[in-house]
Amino acid sequence: MQNTKTQETLVGLFVACGIASLFFMAMQISNLGSFSSEKLYNINANFENSGGLKVKSPVTIAGVRIGRVVSISINKDDFVSVVKMNIDSRYKLPTDTVASIYTAGLLGEQYISLDPGGSEQFLKENGLIDITSSAVILEELVGKFFTDKVSE
Amino acid sequence: MIDFLQKLGQTTLTSFAKLGRGYFFLIHTLIGIISVLAHPRLLTKQLYSVGVLSFLIISISGLFVGMVLGLQGFYILSDFGAEETLGVMVAASLVRELGPVVAALLFAGRAGSALTAEIGLMKATEQLSGMEMMAIDPIKRIIAPRFLAGFLSMPLLAALFSAIGVIGGQIIGVGLLGVDDGAYWSQMQSTLDFQDDILNGIIKSIVFGFVISWIALFEGYDAAPTSEGVSRATTRTVVNSAFTILGLDFILTALMFGDI
Repeated sequence: MQNTKTQETLVGLFVACGIASLFFMAMQISNLGSFSSEKLYNINANFENSGGLKVKSPVTIAGVRIGRVVSISINKDDFVSVVKMNIDSRYKLPTDTVASIYTAGLLGEQYISLDPGGSEQFLKENGLIDITSSAVILEELVGKFFTDKVSE
Repeated sequence: MIDFLQKLGQTTLTSFAKLGRGYFFLIHTLIGIISVLAHPRLLTKQLYSVGVLSFLIISISGLFVGMVLGLQGFYILSDFGAEETLGVMVAASLVRELGPVVAALLFAGRAGSALTAEIGLMKATEQLSGMEMMAIDPIKRIIAPRFLAGFLSMPLLAALFSAIGVIGGQIIGVGLLGVDDGAYWSQMQSTLDFQDDILNGIIKSIVFGFVISWIALFEGYDAAPTSEGVSRATTRTVVNSAFTILGLDFILTALMFGDI
């Protein structure tokens, strides 16, 4: 029978190790460390076609991630894709910001790239980005290329 | 024919009766947990025998599972030139599935069987009825601390398994096979989500801990008070736990990740 004190110490060590690994998972394995207590605000953008964009896809400016996509829905009146984004509130975006959907690499995931304009006014909570360019659909591109070739 | 029907009816009735006893046992145990909180010393002892003694097997298995994932993942991913996503593969499979499930299977084999044998032997040597004679409720005194210890240890052990596995994958992937260290971690962090992946994995391990402790203690408590009865109960614990873990894992995965 082991001494109670050693036993208690070992239990303490065990619990500490367990909690440390939970902490390790939260901070090192998942993205909790990077987007923790920052304040966020929402903006919307209407795309003609949002392609393979998914909820949680990154939103970047100049390649730096400043937020992520929260929801993608369709506007019932004019059938455009409404993409709602959560942006870090440290970054103020001019009202004439351009939003484009790009693909990371040839097979990579799609993301939204924002290109800030020069306007003095900034987008507020639930503001709308007017100028957008849709996702490039590979099939459409290939199709266009072939019809061009045939017509030559 | 009548004999067969009678047998079928008997089997059905006994299994339902057992299920019913199991539920009553669980409710008693859950009520008994309240009195354990007043005597934390009882819990410490059980945390030691259930948690601390499983520590080594869980960490070593975690390390090796992570290393194998790193090795296998690297060979498959290098076919597509996507070695950089090794971290994502190792971490996602560990945190979502292998961590909770393999840790739970090991836990059932290591701690669950020990619990059943201990309780079964206590019953066979009439220690439990002896306690009752002394007006001590064996469920409060013996079962509830063990239940709580199993329930608390499981998530910690699963977290440990996953964390050590990820490090094992890094040892092989980065140290041996030359994947970039920064890519290994950054791809992992940008793909895995705290809520969707890590929290769901923890929820799984909490459910498994609950179920394993319940099965192990109930099988021991319900064992026939003979040496054969105890040995059968121990076997049943391991087999039933394994079935339950794998079945529940499927259901939980379908609920958690089904809509992706």
